[in-house]
Amino acid sequence: MSEEGHHPAALSPVEQRVAALEALLTERGLVPEGFIEEITRRYESEIGPMNGAKVVARAWADPEYKQRLLAEGTAAIAELGFGGEEGEHMVVVENTAAVHNVVVCTLCSCYPWPVLGLPPAWYKDPPYRARMVREPRALLAEMGCQLPGDVEIRVWDSSAEVRYLVLPQRPPGTERMTEAELAGLVTRDSMIGVARL
Amino acid sequence: MDGIHDLGGRQGFGAVTHSPAEPAFHHHWEAVARALMMIVTDAVEASGGEFRHSIERMEPGHYLTSSYYEHWLTAAATLAVEHGLVTHTELEARAGGRFPLSGPLLAPPVADGGADVGEPRFRAGDRVRVREWHSPGHTRCPGYVRGKAGTVVRVDGTHSVPDIEAHSTGRRYEPTYSVRFDATDLWRDGQYGVCVHVDLWDSYLE
Repeated sequence: MSEEGHHPAALSPVEQRVAALEALLTERGLVPEGFIEEITRRYESEIGPMNGAKVVARAWADPEYKQRLLAEGTAAIAELGFGGEEGEHMVVVENTAAVHNVVVCTLCSCYPWPVLGLPPAWYKDPPYRARMVREPRALLAEMGCQLPGDVEIRVWDSSAEVRYLVLPQRPPGTERMTEAELAGLVTRDSMIGVARL
Repeated sequence: MDGIHDLGGRQGFGAVTHSPAEPAFHHHWEAVARALMMIVTDAVEASGGEFRHSIERMEPGHYLTSSYYEHWLTAAATLAVEHGLVTHTELEARAGGRFPLSGPLLAPPVADGGADVGEPRFRAGDRVRVREWHSPGHTRCPGYVRGKAGTVVRVDGTHSVPDIEAHSTGRRYEPTYSVRFDATDLWRDGQYGVCVHVDLWDSYLE
């Protein structure tokens, strides 16, 4: 995080607008003390893809957990202590050798916050939202995810209340790894579906 | 509304500017914008539908050339003005320049949300067709599936209809369905071996 917000002379137009709204809402007593710091801390250190990685690693390590995760995503994710806003209705979709899943929100920026945190900028920008439903095979390849031609691609547009998490395939050669080591292999991109592991 | 936000399938956009490890906030102002958005939506008791619609009403050029955190800021400021927490004049005076807000509502308020739909009309495996309908207000039915046929793959319980909650204090609850569309049914240039799933409220379907 940058410190540029502390030098008023250097504020960009959007920073000036943020400061204006913040000041007016503060004067009306609507900004609780420490709230902005708390939100920053929460999304920088508590809520993020490290949570989803634990879910994926558990599913790889425990076949019964994986069954529950695919059948009742929200409840299985709650077993690991994750849930809440934008994670109330979770569906987990599994990648296999024959099927690749990828998630998008064409209408806005819907994303499973409790397990992946706030979405990266590219996920919310027009090119990804416009193209992923129309030319996913080409776009995935552009993003470095080359799929064999016979792999079926399933795109999930989060247009209602369900939020999706992709369960990536467990990489070969990881049989002896602990759950914590497995979690270290899982990337945000693999749980959105724009990368394979 | 057939707004600029409804991006699915639009052509002419270039490469995705992708980085594998991105921080939650690139700049401090983004975290503040996030917090202010939460404060305003709480203070004015905005539903998810009303909040999303306040982004959708952004001027299209502004929408396409600003980051999503700026969308959140613009929506927060728009709702704050529309609900009387602050005035546009105050915002521009404090900002020392223009403070663009979202455009006016095109749809009238909805007085009565209508009757809930408790029982799903469809089951997994059923073929369905999306209504060809252009709402002047908020909807979560993407343009690219209107008039198209697909297959229900999942029924997800009942949820508040966004088209109602964005324009009313009333609520209507309906089942939502995850509907699978073959890419070749959606696009003339649909890629082989591709299907797209869209989650749709009951009243979006014929």
